[in-house]
Amino acid sequence: MLWLGVAYLVALGGLFVTAFWTTNEFSNTLVRVWNTDNFEQLFTLDVYRTITLRTIGVAVAVTVIDAIVAFPIALFMAKVASQRWQRIMLIAVLMPLWASYLVKAYAWRAMFSSTGPVNSLLDPLGLHLGYGLPATVITLAYLWLPYMILPMFAGLERVPDSVLEASADLGARGGTTLRRVILPILAPAVFAGSIFTFSLTLGDYIAVKIVGGTNQLLGNAVYDSALTGSNLPFAAALATIPVVIMLVYLAAVRRTGALDEL
Amino acid sequence: MKRTRTLTALVTIGALGLMMSGCGSDDGSSPSAAGFVAPDLPQKESLGAGEGAVSILSWAGYAEKDWVEPFEKATGCKATVKTFNTSDEAVKLMTDGGYDVVSASGDASLRLIAAGTVEPVNTDLVPNYADVYPFLKDKAWNSVDGQMYGIPHGYGANLLMWNTDKVKPAPTDWSIVFDGASAYSGKVTAYDSPIYIADAALYLMNTQPDLGIKDPYALDKDQLAAAVDLLKMQKEHVGEYWSDYAKEQSAFKTGDSVVGTTWQVIASLAEGEGTKVKAILPDSGSTGWSDTWMVATKSEHKNCAYQWLNEIISPKANAAVAQYFGESPANGKACALAEKGFCETYHAGDASYAEKIHYWTTPTSSCLDGRTDVKCTTYQEWTQAWTEIKG
Repeated sequence: MLWLGVAYLVALGGLFVTAFWTTNEFSNTLVRVWNTDNFEQLFTLDVYRTITLRTIGVAVAVTVIDAIVAFPIALFMAKVASQRWQRIMLIAVLMPLWASYLVKAYAWRAMFSSTGPVNSLLDPLGLHLGYGLPATVITLAYLWLPYMILPMFAGLERVPDSVLEASADLGARGGTTLRRVILPILAPAVFAGSIFTFSLTLGDYIAVKIVGGTNQLLGNAVYDSALTGSNLPFAAALATIPVVIMLVYLAAVRRTGALDEL
Repeated sequence: MKRTRTLTALVTIGALGLMMSGCGSDDGSSPSAAGFVAPDLPQKESLGAGEGAVSILSWAGYAEKDWVEPFEKATGCKATVKTFNTSDEAVKLMTDGGYDVVSASGDASLRLIAAGTVEPVNTDLVPNYADVYPFLKDKAWNSVDGQMYGIPHGYGANLLMWNTDKVKPAPTDWSIVFDGASAYSGKVTAYDSPIYIADAALYLMNTQPDLGIKDPYALDKDQLAAAVDLLKMQKEHVGEYWSDYAKEQSAFKTGDSVVGTTWQVIASLAEGEGTKVKAILPDSGSTGWSDTWMVATKSEHKNCAYQWLNEIISPKANAAVAQYFGESPANGKACALAEKGFCETYHAGDASYAEKIHYWTTPTSSCLDGRTDVKCTTYQEWTQAWTEIKG
């Protein structure tokens, strides 16, 4: 606990404090003069609000898509598949995690290129899906899908079959059981998964560089001010945005009571 | 639940405590030093015996085995090489210390000189300096008041590249990626760095004389705003920005980009892959880079450092680097040793070609074009403007 405090919280606190400093124009060294310029700029420049909203939008979209896609897979794995198939599917779900992030992202880049498979399928229909936000959402949803399937699978596995049978005995059809029995029990697992997909998307800056066209997310803005601009204090101020979003999100999740179950 | 609350309290207390200590450690230095005065440092007067070691900080591709090993054998200076990917990284590593020599681009060199991280170089101690193209000597990015701070290494221009199948008629200047970009909307590409603002400024310098831009790296607030507007307009038509050369190469190959800024090495690689492209340096000029090897003030291996400076611009090593990296060598004698046609492709030694290049340099608040009545915008402001452009 102490270790966590030292290694993690102090670093976070240091980040926050750095956000109130500035840098020397020429040597880019830190100047430890207390000021709130960075935060003022953050709130007055429209561009950062746009980027923040875009990032949240992408994170929400990725989380929703993952939840929708993961549910049937997790349900099948936990309740329908035999022991043997369950194991095979579990390995199949984990397999993509063994491959490098970059390999997968660049694979999607090839998919979305003008002459790639996605567009050769879509073009006859008069559609086109090039590099941009939709491509970013799809890529990220693909990348983080295992993180949603696993908690859902674990959550569903804990639901005893007898509960489902009882529901059926009391006259509930499949849909009603799903809605009134499975989903309420599953909620904490979905929230646990959503914390992964949401926070991972919030901090991502590589996928959007590869398939996002000209779009940038918060991570890119942080990267640009820290590395390109050597403006560490401003990068730190920017980096507090996702921290705040995550705290708000966790508080919201806590209100639903989902964290109590974990 | 209780645990969460304790945690929140801990974070708050930790942050508060740090804030206090942050206030306490204020060292009283002023936030900005406008313009700069080079610190008065002596240059080396004579060469002694090598120290047996040299630590090299270089752009990726500038210090490879093929020419570092012969150098070690010849001089007995054991070389350790560390590479970097951006000018800002170079400045940071050099400032932290531990390196004897660095290959600095124009957008890094002045910062190193101003901070006293590098010292003046006595070019008399570098025999091969005599063969360096004269138009690379005593430039704003490698010297101060006629005193050289390093040895020119090589240079290149950012070129205009297009797909010859898709872009017709062939463009002759940068208007195709700015005012004329709508014709190829969604297929235009641009370099993903704040320094690209200079490309827009250069275009405005040629097309809108009213703005009074004399140097694309010396922009006051209004001029920067004009360049930003131009780039925002351009962004509507940009498919994607590129920062590493493999990305641009693949985008041209798949047809996702058909026109935009490039480097000669990317054009050559794309052509090698069978992509139908052509790259030119428009008559109206372009931006580019010119790199300089510099010696750290605190170096303890200065004799070996000077030997490295001399070695890297020797015809053989300079030719090897130029071909490996894809740029023009600084030493004209390198051309005799390079592959046939190499120096022609890169226009090595062509002074009129080199003149059309506005080399990367660090924008500072004191205007680089000599204006004293206004304050110019700094690189940090450019960085923020760049974020704003990308939106």
